[in-house]
Amino acid sequence: MPAAARGDRRGAAHRDRPVNTVATALAVAAGSAASGSAASLISGRVRAAVVGVCTGVSGVAGCCAGVAALGGARWSAELPWLLPLAGVHLHVDALSGLFMAVAGAVVAAVSLYGVGYSGHGRGGAASRGVQGVLPLFALTLVLVPAAASVSTFLVLWEAMALASLLLVLAEHRERPSVRTAGVWYAVMTHLGLVLLLTGLAWFAAGAGGEDFASLREGAGDLSPAARGGVFLLVTAAFASKAGAVPLHAWLPRAHPEAPSHISALMSAAMVNLGVYGIVRVGFDLLGGGARWWWLVLIAVGGLSAVYGILQAAVSSDLKRLLAYSTSENMGLVLIGVGAAGLFAAAGQRGPAALALGAALLHVVNHSAFKALLFCAAGSVLRATGVRDMDRLGGLRARMPVTAGLFALASLGAVALPPGNGFVSEWLLLQSLIHGLAVPGLSTAIVLPLAVALIALSAGVAAAVFVKALGVSFFARPRSPQAAEARESPASMLAGMGLLAAGCGVLALVPGLLGGALDRAVATAGLTGAGPLTGGGLRVELDGLAARLSPLWVTAALAAAVVLAAALPRLAVRRRSRHVRRRDVRLWDCGGGSPTPRMAYTATSFAEPLQRVFDDVLAPEQDVDVTPVRESAYLVERVRFQHAVPDRVEHRLYRPVLAALAVTGRGARRLAGGSVHLYLGYGFAVLVLLLAVLAVGW
Amino acid sequence: MSGVGVAAVAAQVLVVVLGTPLLTGLMRQVRARMEGRAGAGVAQPWRDMRKLLRKTPVTPTGTGPAFRVAPALLVATTAVAAALVPLASTATPVSGEADLILVVALLALGSVALALAGLDTGTAFGGMGASREMTVAALVEPTILLAVFALSIPAGTTNLPRIVEGALHEPARLASPAGLLATAALAVAVLAETGRIPVDNPSTHLELTMVHEAMVLEYAGPDLALVELGAQMRLTVLLGLLASLFAPWGIATGASAAAVALGLVLFAAKVAMLGAVLAAAEVFWAKVRLFRVPELLAGSFLLALLAVTSSYFLGGV
Repeated sequence: MPAAARGDRRGAAHRDRPVNTVATALAVAAGSAASGSAASLISGRVRAAVVGVCTGVSGVAGCCAGVAALGGARWSAELPWLLPLAGVHLHVDALSGLFMAVAGAVVAAVSLYGVGYSGHGRGGAASRGVQGVLPLFALTLVLVPAAASVSTFLVLWEAMALASLLLVLAEHRERPSVRTAGVWYAVMTHLGLVLLLTGLAWFAAGAGGEDFASLREGAGDLSPAARGGVFLLVTAAFASKAGAVPLHAWLPRAHPEAPSHISALMSAAMVNLGVYGIVRVGFDLLGGGARWWWLVLIAVGGLSAVYGILQAAVSSDLKRLLAYSTSENMGLVLIGVGAAGLFAAAGQRGPAALALGAALLHVVNHSAFKALLFCAAGSVLRATGVRDMDRLGGLRARMPVTAGLFALASLGAVALPPGNGFVSEWLLLQSLIHGLAVPGLSTAIVLPLAVALIALSAGVAAAVFVKALGVSFFARPRSPQAAEARESPASMLAGMGLLAAGCGVLALVPGLLGGALDRAVATAGLTGAGPLTGGGLRVELDGLAARLSPLWVTAALAAAVVLAAALPRLAVRRRSRHVRRRDVRLWDCGGGSPTPRMAYTATSFAEPLQRVFDDVLAPEQDVDVTPVRESAYLVERVRFQHAVPDRVEHRLYRPVLAALAVTGRGARRLAGGSVHLYLGYGFAVLVLLLAVLAVGW
Repeated sequence: MSGVGVAAVAAQVLVVVLGTPLLTGLMRQVRARMEGRAGAGVAQPWRDMRKLLRKTPVTPTGTGPAFRVAPALLVATTAVAAALVPLASTATPVSGEADLILVVALLALGSVALALAGLDTGTAFGGMGASREMTVAALVEPTILLAVFALSIPAGTTNLPRIVEGALHEPARLASPAGLLATAALAVAVLAETGRIPVDNPSTHLELTMVHEAMVLEYAGPDLALVELGAQMRLTVLLGLLASLFAPWGIATGASAAAVALGLVLFAAKVAMLGAVLAAAEVFWAKVRLFRVPELLAGSFLLALLAVTSSYFLGGV
């Protein structure tokens, strides 16, 4: 493969020189993020623009570093003076490069969008604090994949979590729900940190070193139980960051409540790092593991995919719907990662590399379309102030560009042919179908079920995005805010345009990524498999009769649409030539022209699906009929309430929270307020410890 | 090879586009005769189509590009699917790209376009049809993909011409339990995808029951002609797909023009027979309630799952 050879040569050349592309680009990224953060001290309308440009430059630099690493460049550095005790270890390879490039590209486009979004001066998104934290958050998104030791990784990871927490809280003055979301996010992300810290500390203690190189070497010395324990702890933390069910509860709260460009960054770049963590630790550092690890991962992925998309189907809040769809897509990615691990555990490198490649490609595709979807939803929110789809509608005529971009991104999200999501889901399905050749009863049972879950989630996703696009943008406005919507400013449209271009390239020529994906997969420890060949115009699987040429399919579709629209006109002679299209009234059943209140809303659109999945979703309905005082038969008022609560949250989190509250109340009795009592506690504990020591040693 | 191959693709698309109204006419005629009516004749859909195409195109107030483009997109997706599926020949220039998953996804794209058009009208009927259509489509998807999975196990690929060629060389595959179960599952899915009884009734206009018809209620004139043509083509292509997968005899595997011609004739005959059987069966079936449809689809899903597992365990993969 000439491209790979060229990339390797370039990489070799860079290794010889003292400064290489990755290092330069990362330095530029850090510098411009720092200056962006400092620029938040400027006051006035320029602030958003300066901060946006600095963040954008840092994103572009991060993307360049990632692309260079994907091209074969390597870079590592040790900065012992930067962090006390442990020092900072950085290493960039193709796997980190992939996630770095995605995060950088998303940051670049979204920060351009953010200039317009926060430039209107209202609300918390334009405040000095938010503008100061935004570049740092963007920088951590780019840098987390570069960490090469446990302490560096944890510091960057926590910096990312804290920065995103501050950004989620940006609009806490406007809506009280932001604070609730912030508390949920803070608690869950820190529980994740505790799990991660425990898991990685255990790993480092067992391996006898905390930088990734010694972890890699020492992983073999750990007992299988310890390896499994480390994997479980670390995977739970990373899966929670990726929004996998049942650790997803923060995601549908925090993503909708954050300002939309922050939501885009979180949903398109931050959740990816959860996947990165699983791949890095599971494949690269632990070097793969037993079957049950990966079966657990596939189960979590399947549950997330189906549960996430079902919750999205019944959600009528546009941004909440997108957040649940993130859960779904990360679920699909986890299925791919899990399948890769399963195949690798059976010694089948080819199918494993294919599955991991599909999962990584889906990460890239999901970032492109989800960033665009969140940005478009943000435009709608900015123009109308409404997130409730039941009160939107008719935006197609008022915000045509935003509507078009949302439609393009939806096409990616529903995984149908000309969209970019189709390519990666097709690859994922191919890898599962061909994975059946891997011996073992578990594959024979798990793979068909995984295919069915992917298909179900793809089918429901089609309904979800038909609802999101059709109800919010089509038909007529259902509220005065929607009727007065105006198109967004140029900078927001430009940012979204960049993302749309990314979606288009990924959809039409996914083969361009072939070499890069192969290298990233090889870095994860599946060397020499190289599943994707035939770069450029088509995706072809090595050794399997499977081929996809998205460009040709799109061209054929376009040609067929033109023919189908034109031929009937030519073929049939009309009574009068050049008949104009005539505007006519809608069919109103003779009852007067239909009003927007008669149109289907998001809730009514989802009703059949909700009924079908009644047992899973457990919707709550309450009808309250108040009769007039004189007669029980004359109704004065009917109140109807309907809610579809997150059932996992209801069943799993509520009891835990209630138990914690009870424990807390019980513990309060211990704190009587008297100093003597507290001194007594101190004395008792001291005695107890001494007794334990005396007995134990 | 290339000349005959190109001609075969073009012939497949042309036969599907031009022949599909005749299939609809045949099915209506069979149904009419079995119900004791004279029927309007096999060519009636052709005459309807010509009448509709001559009318002035109309745009209902407030509809936009989605409403305008959907009919052409529906026909286009089905036409591309007709070019990809090896209806008459497996040796075509597109045979490398003819992936079963791609064909299924293309057909789904047509439904999505039509559902968006239904929502674009902003009427209660449009939304109702779109909502029901997408619900059924979401539930059909797992069945179809599992059936695809079951079919691809013996062939080792999801490439349609390879599957068909494999079945031609080894007819025993078709009579295996996996093959039969997959046939049954796919047949139910085809009924649901094309909106036939018992899932939807193509000839109803009662708001309680209609799915497809509610979605396209606002279409008139040439647009309606395209929508009807597209819906009928879907039925033809899916019946053709069933015939190619489970009765592949006569499909040309080489580059001989005579074989392709024979393949086309046999394709027409197979689809006509399947259509006639479907029409006859529909006389005796009732449409089930919308909320009973999931039970039907769950049944077919189970069949598809059984097909996969039996092909794994009995096939000795």
